[in-house]
Amino acid sequence: MSPGRTVPDLGRPRRSRRRSSRPGARIVGLVLAAILVPFALVLTMAAPANAETCLLASAEKGCIVGTIRTEVDVVPDVVITVEGPNGFSETATTDDRGKWSVAITEPGDYTATLDETTLPKGTVVDGSATQEFSVTNLAQTAARTFGVRTGDYSEAVSFSDRVIRSIFSGIRLGLLLALASIGLSLIYGTTGLSNFAHAEQVTMGGMLGYLVVNQWGVNPWLGIVLVVIFCGFTGWAQDRGIWQPLRRRGLGLAQMMIVTIGLALALQYTYQYFIASDTVKILLEEPAPRALGPINYNTWDVMAMVISIVVIAAVGYALLRTRIGRATRAVSDNPALASASGIDVDKVIRLVWIAATALAGLSGVLYSLVIQHGMRWDSGLQILLLLFASVTLGGLGTAFGALVGSLIIGLVVELAPVAGAPGDLKYASALVILILLLMVRPQGILGRAERVG
Amino acid sequence: MSTISESIPTPDQTQGGDVQAGVFDPNDPEGPPPERRVFLAVTIFVVYFAVVLILGKYAPGTVGTIARGMLRESISAQTAAVAIAIIGLNIHFGYTGLLNMGQAGFMMLGAYGFSISIWHGLPMVVGIVMGLLAAFVFALILGVPTLKLRGDYLAIVTISAAEILRYIGRLARLEDFTGAAQGIPGSQYREPFVGLSFFGNGTFDLGGWLPTLQSTGVNGWWVRFVAWLLVAICCVLVWLLVRSPWGRLLRGIREDEDAIRSLGKNVFAIKMQALIIGGLFGALGGIVYILPSSMQPDAMGRSLTFFCWTALLLGGAATVFGPVMGAVLFFALRIFIQGASDALVPNSIMNTAQTAQFAWICVGVALMLLVIFRPQGILGDKRELRFNV
Repeated sequence: MSPGRTVPDLGRPRRSRRRSSRPGARIVGLVLAAILVPFALVLTMAAPANAETCLLASAEKGCIVGTIRTEVDVVPDVVITVEGPNGFSETATTDDRGKWSVAITEPGDYTATLDETTLPKGTVVDGSATQEFSVTNLAQTAARTFGVRTGDYSEAVSFSDRVIRSIFSGIRLGLLLALASIGLSLIYGTTGLSNFAHAEQVTMGGMLGYLVVNQWGVNPWLGIVLVVIFCGFTGWAQDRGIWQPLRRRGLGLAQMMIVTIGLALALQYTYQYFIASDTVKILLEEPAPRALGPINYNTWDVMAMVISIVVIAAVGYALLRTRIGRATRAVSDNPALASASGIDVDKVIRLVWIAATALAGLSGVLYSLVIQHGMRWDSGLQILLLLFASVTLGGLGTAFGALVGSLIIGLVVELAPVAGAPGDLKYASALVILILLLMVRPQGILGRAERVG
Repeated sequence: MSTISESIPTPDQTQGGDVQAGVFDPNDPEGPPPERRVFLAVTIFVVYFAVVLILGKYAPGTVGTIARGMLRESISAQTAAVAIAIIGLNIHFGYTGLLNMGQAGFMMLGAYGFSISIWHGLPMVVGIVMGLLAAFVFALILGVPTLKLRGDYLAIVTISAAEILRYIGRLARLEDFTGAAQGIPGSQYREPFVGLSFFGNGTFDLGGWLPTLQSTGVNGWWVRFVAWLLVAICCVLVWLLVRSPWGRLLRGIREDEDAIRSLGKNVFAIKMQALIIGGLFGALGGIVYILPSSMQPDAMGRSLTFFCWTALLLGGAATVFGPVMGAVLFFALRIFIQGASDALVPNSIMNTAQTAQFAWICVGVALMLLVIFRPQGILGDKRELRFNV
């Protein structure tokens, strides 16, 4: 592998004298505290995730469960029939959260059938209404997914209207992505680290926003501010507890990247621990949606876009005109030289981490406010792909490149279904762009061509 | 960043203790002698299985249940399948230094190629070839744009490509071809494999020591036997590959690409070969993974890739037995954590689903701690695992 970027830690001893395990324990402790403390509060507030008839899957009694949801909402009162060996036959009805469950007592081949006559008007099954599967291990809950979508959701709208609507959502998505990817790009620029846990920071913003606004009933504006402050704090804690000590130890960049992957994994399952497979969306009492030509929007759409533009402009101004912004750009460019000219590199990096996580948190809150399908515990997976595509498209390490890249990716992702991409494959369009880009112009649109290998 | 003049020690300077970290020493490439590593691996295996077997047979109550669960999981065909995939990942990362974050994508392609071919009537051999061919093409598509660039890019592209494969597998439109989100039930592709069994019907449990399983059946001794036999064959293959001149080139590329390039070798081609070969192992792992159960795209997502990484780092990257040990210990530990939390923590605090998630959180934290404090894992050699992207 060709030698990559490293940030030399000038001015401090390269190896810490303390060889005991206490620093390790402290790192772990800080990380876990930063992750788990707010969510522990959820335990006291919200009911634990699943209220199903079939709670415990054990070796004697297994569970077959599922959730029926369209791309818009959950679907209650749908009947599902499960048939199994020895004439086993049971029906279940989805509750008001779209969940159904059936208890079984023996492993074997089962068939689950969705009764389409019980689907509400305008909703159809996407694919087969019958599923055959086998349960081999009773202690493992078997989850079956029926694809369901609103039947006529795109037929009555003309093509040009769909294009205009998609452009609007594309710009909206692009602005939200830009908030998060500017942070990602800055982290890469100043430390050389590709932070695979950044998308989980965005999800954290969304989850905390839901907690604060929906569960605790705080005013949404105040809620946004609180969430952003808290997410910035997690960034501070991460740099203080994990990244700075690791930089001082001289840990290689590839190893740090794997650490971010481990962190992303831990965070994802922490979210799943608290909300299971629910979808989290901040629901407010909105005024009736307005229309501008073919575009349907409501106040929060506009608010989210305005907030994004203002914040991005503020970040841009800070980078260009303030001293600390110049210092950040200097560190991005050449950390050794920046340090030699008297800039405190550690302080700049700490600030970058705080800003990046705060921006990601803001992006997450706005995402769960305006994006229809809300946020799940694994939303980070999709968002990460889009973030990396945006950052690479714009140029790794340049903040403005991240903005340009995000807008383009947002537009592409929202326009892909209009061009014919089915369902989740619209995210594949971002990947295709990424691969093509890496073949043709790996430094991105605004990046500088560097010789690598 | 080491310069070439520092990298090549002269023969009379070289002793084990003088070798600088991160420097490829042609006289001592493996670190501690392989015999010691084999001895360590065998000892750990023997001790582990002895403990689990004895506890499973004689210990009462929860301890016995957990031990039996661990034993069952340790010898299951899916653990073997993941071990094969990790062997592939070991070639990518342990020996060549490629950051492949999409090994589950290779597994999924092998599994889909196999199951779809047999489902649509082709013979089993053709199914295996299709699975391997799909992984080959996938490796080409991902490698060509990224292997000339910094390692981050391969990581980004593979992590995304594996997700996209999963989306494609789930597409309702392709249901007749791939079975969409519910996948392909095992009965559609298992028959040719089961038909090869010479174990007969009936059950076997070695007088109560081993779990009582069918001799052939769906998830019985036949599939486990074949799976672990394949693991042994793959270990031998890797050992031969790594001992060869090509294997030395891989390790050289891991340590310092520019030095190898200056020797006139085509670094891009070699990295591509490593990516493909590791991907083929991954595809084989995917085929074995679905044999005892069913083909489900959701079961082969990002989590599976991360298990492979954690298990690889746990066992010891850049060793022959490391992947196998990592796979066995990893799955057993997960069962242990889950069983222990289930038994010790009351359901009002943590219900069963949450215990499973808690075990995964531990996996994530374990990965972080492993990489920070012991990147060489149990069997690895620290000098081989200093790496910079």
